[in-house]
Amino acid sequence: MTLPAISLRDLDISYGDTKVVRDVTFDVAPGESFALVGESGSGKSTVLKAISGLAPEWTGEISVLGKPRGHGTDRTFSTTCQMVFQDPYASLHPRKTIDTVLSEPLAIHGIGQRSQKVVEMLGAVGLDQRFRFRFPHQLSGGQRQRVAIARALMLEPKVMLLDEPTSALDVSVQAEILNLLKRLRREQGLTYLMVTHNLPVVSFMCERMAVMNKGRIVEIAPKTALYDGSFSDPYTLDLYAASGGNPDADPAVAAASDTKDP
Amino acid sequence: MTETPLLEVEDLRVSFATPKGPVEVVKGLNLTLGREERLGIVGESGSGKSMTGRSILRLIRAPGKQTAKTLRFDGLDLMAQGTRQMRRIRGARISMIMQDPKFSLNPVMTIGHQIAEALQVHEKLPRRDLQARVIEMLNLVRINDPERVAKMYPHEVSGGMGQRVMIAMMLIPRPQLLIADEPTSALDVSVQAQVLDLIQELVTGNGMGLILISHDLNLVGRYCDRIMVMNGGEVVETCAAQDLHKATHPYTRGLLAAQPRMQEAREELPVLDRSGGAGT
Repeated sequence: MTLPAISLRDLDISYGDTKVVRDVTFDVAPGESFALVGESGSGKSTVLKAISGLAPEWTGEISVLGKPRGHGTDRTFSTTCQMVFQDPYASLHPRKTIDTVLSEPLAIHGIGQRSQKVVEMLGAVGLDQRFRFRFPHQLSGGQRQRVAIARALMLEPKVMLLDEPTSALDVSVQAEILNLLKRLRREQGLTYLMVTHNLPVVSFMCERMAVMNKGRIVEIAPKTALYDGSFSDPYTLDLYAASGGNPDADPAVAAASDTKDP
Repeated sequence: MTETPLLEVEDLRVSFATPKGPVEVVKGLNLTLGREERLGIVGESGSGKSMTGRSILRLIRAPGKQTAKTLRFDGLDLMAQGTRQMRRIRGARISMIMQDPKFSLNPVMTIGHQIAEALQVHEKLPRRDLQARVIEMLNLVRINDPERVAKMYPHEVSGGMGQRVMIAMMLIPRPQLLIADEPTSALDVSVQAQVLDLIQELVTGNGMGLILISHDLNLVGRYCDRIMVMNGGEVVETCAAQDLHKATHPYTRGLLAAQPRMQEAREELPVLDRSGGAGT
C-alpha cells in the first residue's frame, strides 16, 4: 500500500469561536490532482490554509507524505508542501524583485547555487530571463502567477496546494497557466490539491473532486461525473446546473474519453 | 418612434495621452442597439470593452479623450450634452452596473438610503412613496425581508446580495438602457446565474436595452441576443448569440478554444498566439 500524499482525518477548523470546517476526511494519492469545489464561504480555502499552517486552530489529523503535521510552523514541512495563492496581484511583495522573491526560500533553508536555481526555475515556468530583475508591477497578471508558481517550486516540493490559481486571469491566460501547471505536474511528479469554483477547470486539471458546502464535504466524485452530471448530492447538482451543465454531452464521447484516461 | 434604435454609435474613439504620444484604446467602434435588445461585448483585459461602456455614458475622464461621429441615445445626441445635462441622463435613462459591489457601495450609508438616493437625485418624491419604492425594488431583486435589509450596511450582506442591491439601485429610476460591466465576475457560479437571470427578467418586458460586458464568452452567449467580440480596441466579430460556436474570426475561435470544457479530453489547451508581445 502506498502512502497517500495528503491525508486528512476528521479535520475541524475554526477561526476563534466559529467553526468553519467540520469533519473533512479525504486522501489524495501521490501524483494525483484533486479538486476542492464549492462557493465562497464553503471552507475550501480554509482547508488549504490549515494544511499549509496558516490556520492553526484545527483538530483532527493532517498528514502529508505520511508525516503528521503539527500545529506550529515547520521548516521541513515547507520543503515538501507549498501553496500558490489566488491573486497574483496581492501575493507578491511589491518592492522585491523577482530574483529576490525566488531566492528567498533558498536563503531561508540555506541552499546554495541560488542564482543558477533561479535561472533554471524561470525557464521551467516559461518566463524570459529579462524578467529576473524586474518588480511585480512591471509584469502582467499571467506573468505574476508564473512567478508565484516558480516561488512555490523553488524548494522542490512534492505537494502543491493551489488556491484558485487562475480565477483572477483572462480566459486565454488561464489556458496558459493551466497548461503550465499540467506540464510541471507531469515533469516533476507533483501532487496537486486545487481549490476552484470553475467546474470545467476541474475537468481539465483533476481526476477527482470533493464538493464542499457550508464547511462540510457533501460529495466526492470522479471527474467523469462532470461529463453526464451523475452526482448524487442535490447541492452538487445545483452547482453543476449553475455552471451550465455539459452542453456537448454525448454518451459516446464520454465513453471514448473514459477509456482514453489512464 | 419605435423605428429609431435605442443607441447608435458611429466611429467611437477613446484615446489617452502618454509620453510616447496618444494611445487609442477604442479605435472607431460602430454599434446599434435596438429596444429590448441584449448586446454582449466580450474581450480580454485591455480590449477596450469597459472603455466602450463608459464612453457611452461619457464617463471618460481627462486626460482620456473621447470622440465619435455619432453617439445618439433615443434620438438625443450625447456628444452635444453639457456636463450638467449628462448628469441628468446618467442613472435616470442610462444606468451602469459595476463589477464589484464591495467597492461600488458606500460603506457608511445604509442600503435603503443608498437606493433612495439614486431615485431622489432624479425624481422628487414624498418620503413615504420613496420608502415604498425602495422596498418594492428590493422585493423585485428577490431580497427576503426587504425592511430589514434596507436598514443594513453593505458590509453586513454577502457579495451576491450586494450585487442585487447594486442592481436595485441602478434600476430604481427605471432607465431605458442598462450597461452591466462584468456584473458577476466577483460572484460565485451559483450566485452568478441568479443575478443574471434577475437582470434578464427585469430587462425583458420593460422595453429596456442591455449591454452586457464580460470576458466570459459562454456566459454572454447564454444571456444575450447578439455578441460583439473586441480585441485591441477594435470589434473583430459580431454575431448572433446562437451562432457563437460558428464564429469564424481566429481571435474568437482562439478564445473559445482556450476555455476548458465540462467534458475535457484535450491534453493541452490551445493558447492565443501573442506574436510580437512579451507573452504572458
